[in-house]
Amino acid sequence: MKLTAWGRYPRIQATGHSFETAEELRGYQEKAGNSIVFAMGRSYGDSALSERVIFTRRFDKILDFDPEHGTVISESGVTLSELIEVFLPTGWFLSVTPGTKFISLGGAIASDVHGKNHHKAGCFSECVRSFELMLPDGNILRCSHEENQELFLATCGGMGLTGIILTVTLTLKRISSAYIRETIVRCQNLKEIFCLFEEHMDMTYSVAWIDCLARGENLGRSVLMLGEHATAGRLNPRTAKIRSVPFNLPGICLNKYSVSLFNHFYYHKNPLFVEGRLVPLDTFFYPLDKIANWNRIYGRGGFTQYQLVLPRDASSEGLKIILERIASSGLGSFLGVLKLFGPENENYLSFPMEGYTLALDFKIQKELFPLLNELDSIVLDHGGRLYLAKDVRMTREVFIKGYPRWKAFSELREKLGMKDKFNSLQSERLGV
Amino acid sequence: MNLLILGANSDIAYAVGKKFAQHEHADICLASRDLRLLEKKVQDIKIRYRVNAEALFFDAVDYASHNDFFKKFDPKPDGVVLAFGYLGNQQDAQQDFNEARHIIETNFTGAASILEIIASDFERRGHGFIIGISSVAGERGRQSNYVYGSAKGALTVYLSGLRNRLCKSGVHVITVLPGFVRTRMTEGLELPEKLIAEPAEVAEDIYRAYKKPEDIIYTKWFWKLIMFLIRSIPERLFKRLSL
Ligand SMILES: Cc1cc2nc3c(=O)[nH]c(=O)nc-3n(C[C@H](O)[C@H](O)[C@H](O)COP(=O)(O)OP(=O)(O)OC[C@H]3O[C@@H](n4cnc5c(N)ncnc54)[C@H](O)[C@@H]3O)c2cc1C
Ligand SMILES: NC(=O)c1ccc[n+]([C@@H]2O[C@H](COP(=O)([O-])OP(=O)(O)OC[C@H]3O[C@@H](n4cnc5c(N)ncnc54)[C@H](OP(=O)(O)O)[C@@H]3O)[C@@H](O)[C@H]2O)c1
Repeated sequence: MKLTAWGRYPRIQATGHSFETAEELRGYQEKAGNSIVFAMGRSYGDSALSERVIFTRRFDKILDFDPEHGTVISESGVTLSELIEVFLPTGWFLSVTPGTKFISLGGAIASDVHGKNHHKAGCFSECVRSFELMLPDGNILRCSHEENQELFLATCGGMGLTGIILTVTLTLKRISSAYIRETIVRCQNLKEIFCLFEEHMDMTYSVAWIDCLARGENLGRSVLMLGEHATAGRLNPRTAKIRSVPFNLPGICLNKYSVSLFNHFYYHKNPLFVEGRLVPLDTFFYPLDKIANWNRIYGRGGFTQYQLVLPRDASSEGLKIILERIASSGLGSFLGVLKLFGPENENYLSFPMEGYTLALDFKIQKELFPLLNELDSIVLDHGGRLYLAKDVRMTREVFIKGYPRWKAFSELREKLGMKDKFNSLQSERLGV
Repeated sequence: MNLLILGANSDIAYAVGKKFAQHEHADICLASRDLRLLEKKVQDIKIRYRVNAEALFFDAVDYASHNDFFKKFDPKPDGVVLAFGYLGNQQDAQQDFNEARHIIETNFTGAASILEIIASDFERRGHGFIIGISSVAGERGRQSNYVYGSAKGALTVYLSGLRNRLCKSGVHVITVLPGFVRTRMTEGLELPEKLIAEPAEVAEDIYRAYKKPEDIIYTKWFWKLIMFLIRSIPERLFKRLSL
């Protein structure tokens, strides 16, 4: 079958197995050589791609829930969307959620995903109490901070390269309303938005949309969105209808003029300042989920997302250079997202570090890769790194420099025989 | 509502069970052979939909057990979903009658045995509905799967007769004709991606057919068109095709 992840690039020929029980999975794994888990395919690049993949979509049963403490035991193929659907009406929500709810629990752990509250709540692994991991020999180990800690640290953020995450125990967060109180502030430039992020460190959620095509005085103009859980409002709001992009748009639809026009209108559509309006959780956290297959607007050739993070003290200078470079290239994208992260965690390959992260979508085209290579050097020069869950092209060198704990990760893989058993196109490219 | 699902480890059946638990707040009885797997699904359904659920052992080809199996229900179910099935392997079935028999018995004989028992109870009480999952493969015999196809064809005819009979007692029978569905049954087969439905989509169609109610549905809808075309090819021509 043909297989591709969210960026629809690359598209490869693959075979795959799904499973419902650990025994069934073990049966496949004993016979087969190399493989990687492909879950919901919401990673952008080639982290979940390989000639042979394991599908977790049928391993999706919720096995236990403790309504006292909000502890859930569930199989890793369940989606965050399903967990929300089941537990939100009873007053429980995910304590960390990315910008789409259509990812699996396994994918959330394997990329150690972050949300708009990273500066306060850290990565997804913070709410993971433990999980069972199937190793290359078919044995299953329980991993947590107390048991097999090394495997826990390597697997959270480990991009499926340490084994198959099976049953997960996680803790949810109590909430009393399915609404967020949102505040929106429009900012003229980079300096202004940096000040505002720092000023609002105590807000639970913060993220900014940034216009990557704005230049000169307007460089870094953005719209900051802040949020707190509301205390009023019901727990089960009507969910919005999902629309869909029915087919690939011709690649030509996205060019620097159309994108620049879009960005202009988006910026001015938002009022200068809105304080504390009530919006449903879905609208606040998952605006893009309302349009199924929105990835088709980039046409058949696909697209990629470039997400970088720079240490806090290098952020201002580094981002300025990067934004200038992107603006002058004219290859800008609709959605630039800017956020201030909190401190990094101990996991070997988790992406976030204390500082600013910027994420940009780019249509795949010839001119793109030289530009991204240039950006890579700027990122490394400023002590930053790129997010593996979005990556499809970074070199081994960029990876090694960005992730100083790669060696411990790689050695663990060697020691436990994972290098013969779990590889993605990405891990082969990175030589990890 | 109490819903009994026969062959509940089928991916389609499970998706249907979830639909009824969600929208009808139905209590679900999952019956199949692999009890350990069923137990997990019982937990899942209970937590997701806050309904009652239980797992029971049921073997479609152990005909002698069917009477006792159904007798134990108190109260009797309000509806039954018959989902067990076995695709088998056509090549093997041509060479080994045991495989052919296994296919025929699982898809047809087993269904006829248990449904007859259920039908007479529903008829007597003047209450209930039966959802039978057959297949588009039963619409016309093809060299690549005519043993399975003929068993499903028999099931389709059986369900139509049952509908005719039970209609008079207010018992509704729905025949479901799926095309390709992404389940354990079709895993590893190279099927045209655009024609494959997810179990949840099929379940949605089935639930809609129950609500309406409908007698016979194709799922996804385009199979109605495809099967119309396939049925209209003259036999003279059809026999020469490699389908
Ligand atoms: C619209 C959109 C918004 C996003 N927003 C954010 C965001 O705000 N923050 C953020 O951090 N990320 C974000 N992402 C990225 C996304 O959260 C991650 O890529 C996530 O890992 C996808 O999960 P998945 O279930 O789709 O996994 P896949 O894409 O299928 O796989 C991703 C990786 O996880 C591994 N994996 C998955 N399941 C298992 C398992 N059971 N055992 C072992 N390995 C496994 C795979 O092997 C692969 O390496 C976004 C993506 C999209 C499309
Ligand atoms: N998938 C498709 O493309 C497709 C297309 C058209 C029609 N269908 C039909 O749709 C129905 C459901 O199919 P599916 O794809 O969901 O199949 P599936 O996932 O393979 O499930 C079939 C189930 O039937 C059960 N079963 C088999 N033999 C049994 C027996 N003797 N007694 C009791 N249960 C038995 C098995 O569970 P246990 O092992 O626990 O018993 C198995 O889980 C089947 O009738 C199939 O023929 C499927």
